[in-house]
Amino acid sequence: MAAKRTGLLDIESLDRTEIEAILERAHFFQPADNESYRRLESLRGKTIVNLFFEASTRTRVSFEIAAKRLGADTVSIAAQGSSVSKGESLVDTLNTLVAMRPNAIVMRHAASGAPHFLARHLQIPIINAGDGTHEHPTQALLDARTILDQRPTLEGLRVAIIGDIAHSRVARSNVHLLSKFGADIVLCGPPSLLPRELEQLAPGVHLAWEMTEAIRDADVIMMLRVQLERQHEAPMSAGEYFHFYGLRLEHLTLAKPNVIVMHPGPINRGRELSSEVADSQRSVILNQVGNGIAVRMAVLERILQ
Amino acid sequence: MSSLLITGGRVIDPASGGDARADVLIRDGRIEAIGTGLDEEEIARFDATGAIVAPGFIDMHVHLREPGIEHAETIETGARAGAAGGFTTICCMPNTLPVNDSATVTSYIVQRAREVACINVRPIGAITKGSLGDELAAIGSMREAGIVAISDDGRPVMNARVMRRAMELAVAFDIPVIDHCEDLNLSAGGDMHEGRQSVRLGLRGIPSASEDVMVARDLLLAELTGARYHVAHLSTQRSIAMVEFAKSRGLKISCEVTPHHFAITDHELETYDSNFKMKPPLRCQHDADALIEGIVSGVVDAIATDHAPHPGSDKMQEFERCPFGITGLETALGLSLDILVHTGRIDLTRLVELFTTGPANILKLDRGTLAVGAPADVTIFDLNREWTYDVQQSFSKSRNSPFNGRRFRGGPLATIVGGEIVWTSFQETRE
Repeated sequence: MAAKRTGLLDIESLDRTEIEAILERAHFFQPADNESYRRLESLRGKTIVNLFFEASTRTRVSFEIAAKRLGADTVSIAAQGSSVSKGESLVDTLNTLVAMRPNAIVMRHAASGAPHFLARHLQIPIINAGDGTHEHPTQALLDARTILDQRPTLEGLRVAIIGDIAHSRVARSNVHLLSKFGADIVLCGPPSLLPRELEQLAPGVHLAWEMTEAIRDADVIMMLRVQLERQHEAPMSAGEYFHFYGLRLEHLTLAKPNVIVMHPGPINRGRELSSEVADSQRSVILNQVGNGIAVRMAVLERILQ
Repeated sequence: MSSLLITGGRVIDPASGGDARADVLIRDGRIEAIGTGLDEEEIARFDATGAIVAPGFIDMHVHLREPGIEHAETIETGARAGAAGGFTTICCMPNTLPVNDSATVTSYIVQRAREVACINVRPIGAITKGSLGDELAAIGSMREAGIVAISDDGRPVMNARVMRRAMELAVAFDIPVIDHCEDLNLSAGGDMHEGRQSVRLGLRGIPSASEDVMVARDLLLAELTGARYHVAHLSTQRSIAMVEFAKSRGLKISCEVTPHHFAITDHELETYDSNFKMKPPLRCQHDADALIEGIVSGVVDAIATDHAPHPGSDKMQEFERCPFGITGLETALGLSLDILVHTGRIDLTRLVELFTTGPANILKLDRGTLAVGAPADVTIFDLNREWTYDVQQSFSKSRNSPFNGRRFRGGPLATIVGGEIVWTSFQETRE
């Protein structure tokens, strides 16, 4: 994968050594306790445009801080208030931005494949910050970094990913990444959010409708947000959903004793997981947020330096 | 009208079963004789030595976008693209602006085609007013004005009762009913075939079942009404099986398949290139294989392109925002030779049949044959010339082909309509 030329479009096309290099570099960027992120000058003079066509807090801020910590200049644009709302096409918007000679574009877009489409027509590196229901590569990288902070290796880990798999770009990116490292992955959700073809997404993937089955002996439990905005019909009522697919403290006894609970955020307490779980010792949700910056520093540096 | 002698070609005429080296003599727009020793002085000649001489090809499913959407295609440009693809007759679907749901629009298309089209254009009328699926269009009046079939193509007739009434009328007016088989509730929001690839790419799927349930319904209604019923752009393994079953029971059923549905699959969507986006969507390999098997076995009656031009700006968007449809007139024969003939799956007579007598019989056209006295529509093609499709050189107004840059072996050499050579591969491709 020519990450340097095309930016970072997805995890699926990255190879294992590339991922390892990013995770190792991210480790270097992780600050010690009570410290802030290193301030470096390696991207001094570079300009990065953060183009967010979908609402985002953590990913946008995370990319912005990552770029600034490396000395790059950043411009963040939200689609609302941009020329997109005046009817300009995506290609025209991007061409306009490219004419201003930034060095890379970080883009989030509601349409699957939007960054791939642009990468075919533009020379500039594009970093995918989430495309529709396809992939969210930096999320999977930061999730892997977070797991590796707790475990020596991803190989052989049993990872349960639970919730709205069908609409989750986080799930797809994580499945591709974890599979490349030999993890045992169980995807779990109600049938309409768990198409059976998911089993063929990558080696090592299994499907389960029952949460207890998915969680048994898990090393890692990843809960996904219920993406109401992408669901065109509710699979079941909210109460029923939490009853069958919400993570509660009692579930954790089924998993390995040192299981970690992850969530890409934003979390809906009482919807996909209980408050007690979110705030428990097993939760590494805030570690994920912190690692987002370190991982994105590693990605930006790799693409731009 | 002029005369023309086509010399030295291998003349294949499925209607008569003929396949022999012969000359074809055309006089006054009609086939006058086929044989040897027809030479005369002072006659225009076309040397077809080494080439195939066939009845003019008929594409029973194209979109010409006129009236109303002329920035995508016109009757004139669509006809020229047809000629360059070896077609002498094309049948245009009614989803124009306004929809061809009245004798007025039909007459406009017929008149306009007479003025500007270099090949025969036969309109297909809407089944329902505005193709909205509710109220039947003026089917009888359109028939008088020149339509050869009815269809709401681009949309299905969702209401089974409306479809039943349309079929009943179609029996009375002796006209086939063509349905775009898609259950809109099952396909809603979908952008590509539902399966492993759609799950992987994060694109919403159109399940095969959305086509199959409509084919099943229509076959039952065709049995109920006795209508001549035709499945447009059939794309799934199960639909082929159902059509085969219905035919075996003696129903008046026919179907067409497009070259893209048997030549490529949903694996092409890898790069989110909207030139691979159409309805029905590119399916799986087992579906493509089933279509080819249907072509070999005779279940498939016709190859049709579903030529659906869209301007570049419409296709240069995020995949899910792009309209459905691709152009196909200029690549249909090349693809069919590639996938069906060079591989030995069918012989040339069967190939020619799929482009001539097949559609002609469905639509009851007096064409698709080289019988003496028939209109002198002739398609001359070769089997070996290597060429590369360059979409920038297309005669169509639009460029939305997934086959740009594809290498072909064999393709059209000349298109003759009513005895006039309207296109040859030797001429400059664009004005």
